[in-house]
Amino acid sequence: MRNARLLSQIAVASAVAIILAGCSSSTTSSTTAAKSSPPKIDAMKSLGAGEGQVNIVAWGGYVESGANDPKVNWVSDFEKSTGCKVNVKVGSTSDEMVALMKTGQYDVVSASGDASLRLIYGGDVAPVNTSLIPNYADVFPGLKDQAWNSVDGVAYGVPHGRGANLLVYNTDIVKPAPTSWGSVFDANSPYKGKITAYDSAIYIADAALYLMKSQPSLGIKYPYALDQKQFDAAVALLKVQKPLIGEYWSDYLKHVASLKSGGTVLGTTWQANINLALSEGVKVNGIKPVEGSTGWSDTWMISSKAKNPNCGYMWMDHIISPSANAAVAEWFGEAPSNAKACDMTADKNFCTTFHAADAAYWTDVYYWNTATETCLDGRTDVKCVPYSEWVKAWSSLRNA
Amino acid sequence: MNNSIATWMHKRQKVRLLALLAAPGLWLVVAYLGALGALLVTAFFTIDNFTGDTIPGFNLGNFHDMVSDPAYRNVMFRTLGIALSVTLICSAIAIPMAFFMAKVAKPRNQKFLVALVLTPLWASYLVKIYAWRSMLEPGTGVIDWLLSPLGIHSPGFGGPAIIIGLSYLWLPYMILPIYAGLERLPNSLLDASGDLGARNFYTFRKVVLPLIFPSLVAGSMFTFSLSLGDYITAQIIGGKLQMLGNVVYQNFSINLPFAATIATIPITIMALYLWLVRRTGALASL
Amino acid sequence: MTLSNRARYALASLMGVGLAFIYIPLSVVVINSFNASRTFSWPPTGLSLKWWSKAIANTGVRQALGWSVAAGLSATAIALLLGTCLAFAVSRYEFFGKEVISLLVVLPISLPGVVTGIALSNAFTKQLGISTSLLTVIIGHATFCIVVVYNNALARLRRMGTSLQEASMDLGANGFTTFRLITLPNLASALFAGGLLAFGLSFDEIVVTTFTAGPGIQTLPIWIYDNLFRPNQAPVVNVVAATLVVFSLIPIYLSQWLSQDSTSGGRF
Repeated sequence: MRNARLLSQIAVASAVAIILAGCSSSTTSSTTAAKSSPPKIDAMKSLGAGEGQVNIVAWGGYVESGANDPKVNWVSDFEKSTGCKVNVKVGSTSDEMVALMKTGQYDVVSASGDASLRLIYGGDVAPVNTSLIPNYADVFPGLKDQAWNSVDGVAYGVPHGRGANLLVYNTDIVKPAPTSWGSVFDANSPYKGKITAYDSAIYIADAALYLMKSQPSLGIKYPYALDQKQFDAAVALLKVQKPLIGEYWSDYLKHVASLKSGGTVLGTTWQANINLALSEGVKVNGIKPVEGSTGWSDTWMISSKAKNPNCGYMWMDHIISPSANAAVAEWFGEAPSNAKACDMTADKNFCTTFHAADAAYWTDVYYWNTATETCLDGRTDVKCVPYSEWVKAWSSLRNA
Repeated sequence: MNNSIATWMHKRQKVRLLALLAAPGLWLVVAYLGALGALLVTAFFTIDNFTGDTIPGFNLGNFHDMVSDPAYRNVMFRTLGIALSVTLICSAIAIPMAFFMAKVAKPRNQKFLVALVLTPLWASYLVKIYAWRSMLEPGTGVIDWLLSPLGIHSPGFGGPAIIIGLSYLWLPYMILPIYAGLERLPNSLLDASGDLGARNFYTFRKVVLPLIFPSLVAGSMFTFSLSLGDYITAQIIGGKLQMLGNVVYQNFSINLPFAATIATIPITIMALYLWLVRRTGALASL
Repeated sequence: MTLSNRARYALASLMGVGLAFIYIPLSVVVINSFNASRTFSWPPTGLSLKWWSKAIANTGVRQALGWSVAAGLSATAIALLLGTCLAFAVSRYEFFGKEVISLLVVLPISLPGVVTGIALSNAFTKQLGISTSLLTVIIGHATFCIVVVYNNALARLRRMGTSLQEASMDLGANGFTTFRLITLPNLASALFAGGLLAFGLSFDEIVVTTFTAGPGIQTLPIWIYDNLFRPNQAPVVNVVAATLVVFSLIPIYLSQWLSQDSTSGGRF
């Protein structure tokens, strides 16, 4: 009897919830299925006066106002000279950044390649009129008009910096020194349980890259354009790898701590992590294996719904100016995008360590990109596996 | 004037009730239940494969994917197991501590002990879990450093680490309600049981345990449900393991409908749990 | 009460073990704040005060602390108001939906934070088109804080019964006067305990905050989350945590002192 009464109450409550949900969800914008070109949005024609503020979504360490370390500050000058107050929201993953940009509350975003295309095709960011950004001229040509920051020759942002996903190994333990990504996919690896991999669906591309070179019969041309068969092969390889993994990493403090303790002796890493580990006295070395590697190149993009577009443009120009670009590259640990930044780093060898100006180094680095149903390698006879399926496959793999 | 309103209100029960219920009722039903309903409805939507935008409709594909892939069953049972273990471990540690605090310690020390137990609640969640990373690091962690002479070794990162970490985080939430429950329990009751010849443990089992059961349930609301939804602890000390929360978090921004579908699992589990709790009558004293 | 000595010693030693379990990791936090290594390697190879001086120079922490206190106080205030109203309604009246509302109030704390977080974020930004801000954080926090105030207030109201109120009314006091002079003073310590716990919950909340915080809003846990994974910042986080532990003794001491004053201790 009591239960019957409760049930009737629950029924009323859920009816209210469903009605509310029904009313509200009708406002959700409905979009048509896969498009082959991004929505038509015009770039800004001319720069006006600043709006007094700019709302930024960025990776941690990209927008430093001296609040964390008084010496690390490339925001105050900007605020002073432009009158644009900087409000930053740190995004911890690409997915979170896309979600934040979709709210329309932010003007500018530092998007990695696994976010940029989603933003472009979703109509969330606008093309960038690079003539309004004087510092754009000094950006390394190898970073301009690339697959992850432009569509059909239209630029959608300014390049910020880049890094390659390297193979790290403990020089005391891993002998002989590895030269191929095969070492992290070898089911009989002597380092079983001490191998690490990056904890994100984008890591599927690392497996695809290895297969691209080791199993040419699969016909993989670009690690971010995988048809179902190629995708399944990459996921199968990751399943083989899983027992070898001690820990997947996504935050680099945990990763470096693990390198230091010996919990990890082999796996994928970033240059900044290697530097940190070396400075802590860990005997490690990082290489770009024979297959080349995946990598990331971040792009500053402007929202199509920006409420502060002028300040947004000013910020994009400021952040790739030689001094700011050098400062952020050194603080974060990545290769700067502005050629002139290399003269302004505190560590004079910085650009050499990070191969900033070495165009040849980057030729076999496949920067993160967002897989879409339309194959990014130009194939039209098959459908490729979209990134949302990559994420599902990664969830499934991690919990299988 | 004031008086006349008060008199008017006093005579009208319904008006008073409405005044009391309006704000919290609206808040919980509209703001919370409405948001939850909107999320659950999304589970039937699909997404645009290119932009990740949700497309409204009625589609059971997400549920099909969830049920047909054994990975999600694994993560469900794993998460359930972790949440239950955490609840059991917290109860096992909390009951004797709360009993000591409420019934054995001198009244003057009681307050001090409560403060001692409360202190870690204010150290940040993340910092505490990172401290456990330092503790558990195999070979070089604090546990191996302290206890390896005794032959005890750190379990390393993984399921046991998650259970230890979560038990640590939620322990105060279990101790406090049990302590409060025991404090209300008159000493005379325990003495009577002792006078009637019952041994300590028998008194505990037959007198104390049934009386503090509602407090235990109140504490378990925290330990069980907070563990069930956690994803950050698993990220930091879980090694290769993931929990339900991780799956929801991974899919949230790229595929909201699928994240909503996965979210129905903890919602269902908690609904069942609340229903069971309600049957025991403990919810009334919660 | 009468317990055999053996049982007393057994309980005392279990208490000791429990406290050790609680305090060993906390002391690791404090020691690590002096650890010269940037990655908290153990045992510390050297001790250093540099993280403390960095933390003192860090204005981001102070700003974040300000946001946290603002969010915590506002959410607690809302929770106190709504939780008390609800507790009165449930303890003093019979009405349709009483059981479901007493279930509903428990729901926000019992459902995973990630579910509450994405539900609110989805509702705010996609359905209602509201910009996330400090306000949305407060709404999110208040939603799961209501229950702790409600629990404390309800327990007290049930124990109080209605006889005192009735006596007051019989003696001619009206409803407001009775509430002010009789009900509220009796309820105060329960509300304080509930409010303190609500503030504590809000102060350490990460998940719901992550999903509801607007641009520029960085509460302390979010600041910690953003900085913990950064090699130059992580040790500073330990300093902040160590400081928080010390400062936490103040509200705890306050609550103890206050509940000592009242006739019966707060529920928590």
